Amino acid sequence: MTFTLDPKIPEGSLEEKWDNHRFSNRLVNPANKRKYNIIVVGTGLAGASAAATFAELGYNVTAFTYHDSPRRAHSIAAQGGINAAKNYRNDGDSIWRLFYDTVKGGDFRSREANVHRLSQVSVEIIDQCAAQGVPFAREYGGLLDNRSFGGAQVSRTFYARGQTGQQLLLGAYQALMRQVGLGKIDLHTRTEMLDIVVKDERAVGIITRNLVTGEVKSWSSHAVVLATGGYSNVYYLSTNAMYSNASAIWRAHRKGAGFANPSFTQIHPTCIPADNEFQSKLTLMSESLRNDGRIWVPAQTDDLRTPNTISENERDYYLERRYPAFGNLVPRDVASRAAKKEVDAGRGVGQLRNGVYLDLSHAIERLGRETIEARYGNLLEMYHRITDENPYTDPMRIYPAPHYTMGGLWVDYNLMTTVPGLYAIGEANYSDHGSNRLGASALMQGLADGYFVLPNTIGEYLADYLNSDTVPIDDPSFIEAEREVNDSIDRMLSVNGSKTVDWFHRELGRIMIDECGMERSRPGLEKALSKIPELRQEFYRDVRVPGEGESLNSSLEKAGRIADFFELAELMCRDAIDREESCGAHFRIEHQTPEGEAKRNDADFSFVSVYQHTGDPSTAILHQEDLTFENVTLGQRSYK
Amino acid sequence: MKVTLKVWRQSGAEDPGRFETHKVDELSPDMSFLEMLDVLNDRISVAGGEPIEFESDCREGICGTCGLVINGQPHGPEERTATCQLHMRKFSDGDVITVEPWRAKAFSVIKDLIVDRSPFDSIIAAGGFISVPTGSASDANLIPVPKEAADAAMDAAACIGCGACVAACPNSAAQLFTAAKVAHLNLLPQGQPERYIRVTKMVDTMEQFFGSCTNHGECERACPKAISVDFIAMLNRDYISSKIKNRRLAGQQR
Amino acid sequence: MAITGIVLLGYIATHMLGNLKVYFGPEDINGYGEALRDLGGHLIPRTHLLWLLRIGLTVAFVLHIHAAYSLTLLNRRQRPVAYAARREYLIASYASRTMAWTGTIVLLFLVFHLADLTWGAEPAVSGDFERGEIYNNMIATFSRWPVSLLYIVANLALGLHVFHGVWSLFQSLGISNPRFNKWRRHLALGFTVVVIGGNLTFPLAVLSGILGESGFLA
Repeated sequence: MTFTLDPKIPEGSLEEKWDNHRFSNRLVNPANKRKYNIIVVGTGLAGASAAATFAELGYNVTAFTYHDSPRRAHSIAAQGGINAAKNYRNDGDSIWRLFYDTVKGGDFRSREANVHRLSQVSVEIIDQCAAQGVPFAREYGGLLDNRSFGGAQVSRTFYARGQTGQQLLLGAYQALMRQVGLGKIDLHTRTEMLDIVVKDERAVGIITRNLVTGEVKSWSSHAVVLATGGYSNVYYLSTNAMYSNASAIWRAHRKGAGFANPSFTQIHPTCIPADNEFQSKLTLMSESLRNDGRIWVPAQTDDLRTPNTISENERDYYLERRYPAFGNLVPRDVASRAAKKEVDAGRGVGQLRNGVYLDLSHAIERLGRETIEARYGNLLEMYHRITDENPYTDPMRIYPAPHYTMGGLWVDYNLMTTVPGLYAIGEANYSDHGSNRLGASALMQGLADGYFVLPNTIGEYLADYLNSDTVPIDDPSFIEAEREVNDSIDRMLSVNGSKTVDWFHRELGRIMIDECGMERSRPGLEKALSKIPELRQEFYRDVRVPGEGESLNSSLEKAGRIADFFELAELMCRDAIDREESCGAHFRIEHQTPEGEAKRNDADFSFVSVYQHTGDPSTAILHQEDLTFENVTLGQRSYK
Repeated sequence: MKVTLKVWRQSGAEDPGRFETHKVDELSPDMSFLEMLDVLNDRISVAGGEPIEFESDCREGICGTCGLVINGQPHGPEERTATCQLHMRKFSDGDVITVEPWRAKAFSVIKDLIVDRSPFDSIIAAGGFISVPTGSASDANLIPVPKEAADAAMDAAACIGCGACVAACPNSAAQLFTAAKVAHLNLLPQGQPERYIRVTKMVDTMEQFFGSCTNHGECERACPKAISVDFIAMLNRDYISSKIKNRRLAGQQR
Repeated sequence: MAITGIVLLGYIATHMLGNLKVYFGPEDINGYGEALRDLGGHLIPRTHLLWLLRIGLTVAFVLHIHAAYSLTLLNRRQRPVAYAARREYLIASYASRTMAWTGTIVLLFLVFHLADLTWGAEPAVSGDFERGEIYNNMIATFSRWPVSLLYIVANLALGLHVFHGVWSLFQSLGISNPRFNKWRRHLALGFTVVVIGGNLTFPLAVLSGILGESGFLA
């Protein structure tokens, strides 16, 4: 398969690119749209919004989700909010500033044209969602409320209590279900995509497994859209949902789609630390808490006293000390590494000494408990439920946890992967966030891709296939793909070893968080690169997948996902070694300033790393998409 | 700590099903109920058995995937808490705990503790939306929404679609689920044009699957988001109005 | 259900209030019966309006029972496999869960009650029954303690039924306002206590001799 990286960035000044592109793109006549069938895999924020919009435009859509309902997608768990350059606050925000903040926040590793487009459509997203009935927070005058979020110096974040992701997802889900009711979307729930079918160097369909009956089936279409989310679950303990996985994008990668920046993974600074060895996942506490909470650790190492008995002068408010300008509101990567530094230095708090304090007491003193309760009531109740500790009287314990992956399938300006006809949207694509995502920007990007970008760009590809039938599913390409899927299922069922799938997942997660987490080093990554293949071999030798393939079997589902995580993990470490610099969330200890901050190497690494699959992750071929910055000057991020 | 579990096992919709007893020890009170099931499943798998199938995804009480009837109570003994957020510290050492799936004709058992809740999606597909094709919206601040109305809509919209209301209802009625979505949209100015057609279609679809509300109030107590039965009253009011109102006058200011 | 319920609630309230006339003596209560038959005065032929009311009431009753019957049947079918663990109802009241039973008790009692005091039909009726002599008939029937007991039991059942019914009708008709909602329970309780309390005084007054053969304490 040929492998070309043409970002297809449109002509014109930054502000004009999106308009120019929409004008120069070919369109599909409204009457002809019904002649096309588009497959959408994944029905979270990006997938549901894309599927609904395609259907509204007149395309026939077949949508798949492994959940029992599209409303379960993990987009639902986003708490804080969604950014938009509305400047409703009159505080100096603009499309340009959102663009600039996003490029800078991503530490200059994203594509200017894409980020600017994202900022442009951000305003349309809010309009769309408000019209759908998303119950955004309001002022008493009836107009939309905003807050400042995650280090932004303007208030551009729209929110619906602590459940913004839920409400936006439900909005997209409702739009999707409306089209299901109208017969324009054929929705398949409890159906997992297990492979992409490529024929004549373009994507022509997918292979799925029905999770209830085990039936493996082929689906043919004119284009395939992957909206299957990120891969933080490679770390085992993450804030991602239990089912979140990388299999769809990984199998697309195996079929020729370039994987971009796999090592760019975000570790969210404010999560509840693990409590015991059985912990199955970590829970995020919205970082809006950092607006009012002060982060500290005991100034002395190994200080085991209860927090309220430690006096002010024995506390180290390390973020305020090190970053006086931004204080507790420094970007996520900075806050996360700072917390790790304190815990590693022996100043961690809690029974397992694995957290730092986030203290609301000063805010409660200043604003009153009622105000704090109104702002964070739900969150604090959740914290209390999980930890059995009272956040109103005792400081909360927090620690960073894997949360979001900036890496993903490489896409051009049209959001098409290196496989023609195969698109990736939302967190599944290597995205507009560069090497670090700003708070409240994930929801923005997912909805931008789904509602406004892809529906406008997909026509350019489809126009070529007017009146051409989809490839019949008895074509050898489908038969072969189905056979491969069945073989890999049989392979996992037949090992019949002694260790559970979860055991392997935990082991893999441990390697990854230690060596490819908040801090990376060449020796550590090399160690990981020798351990992961060993673990993978052991998996195929000794995993135990009980049950059968012909019925609901969650162990089998997990086994397939872990098998893909092994390969992805290897590629992540490989990428982390290749990138001899620190940028955003990717922090190589070899590359830091004397003050311990990330040190970028723009001369050598101002590019997107895109890997081409060769059969084994260790031999993946690295391609580079050079990033040129014509509109922003590259600077060292400074939050001091 | 240790507990004894009486768990429902059922291989598929056709299987009559039965209870299976498991003793689970060496547990931490800080682990969640589902983590306890994970541990049990690990042990069952290693011993050569088939693990107990149950669903859960976000494990932070927002996705609505999980849902077990624990000792006769949907989502277990803790108020305003989904199964995934229930911790073992709410039980005592040595407790015998019965674990069953949601029971309702509309929610057929798929396997063990997993049920099919797709009728909820059918109710939403019937009318649980505001018809606004992408791109056609005006500026968001052109439609002011009184804060109280927005807050009430949010209270209703907090529904996570888990189905505990149906599981708890002595009639297996889905009024609370339906009412929450109807109220969310019907309370907002944006939802007014479709207000009556929405309630008619959603209620009619609901009645194809579920029992009928007789105002027991169990649903509100079982709801992990404590959604109020007041929304059922709103649903009823709009449903009655939908049968009476002359909708051709709906554009006139009242 | 709620609409017919309101008609029936109106009826039992009026019935209780009207019957309070026994405390004013035989002439008052007998006169009350006569007035009912004479409703509409000279404008409408005698007893026609009363019959119209009776027909309306019967229709409401039949519809109420029909709705209740089909609803109960429908709802019972919605859970083919019951929960094995003992269900602890946390909110549902005893009243709400026993509507079908209390309703049935009230219906059976109603047949007896009509046979006893309206139709004068065997075996319910007392030996001294005489059509139109309301006061005497009441004294005669409640002087039989098993009848009084049945009456009391039936009224307690009616009380449960009415308590849930009154609260429930606000929900069913969508009469809900957070500011006043807490009064709905109080109202239901108040209505029940007044109506059932009123009804219960009759047998108790007769048995205890407060209502004598020729009037209050006489």
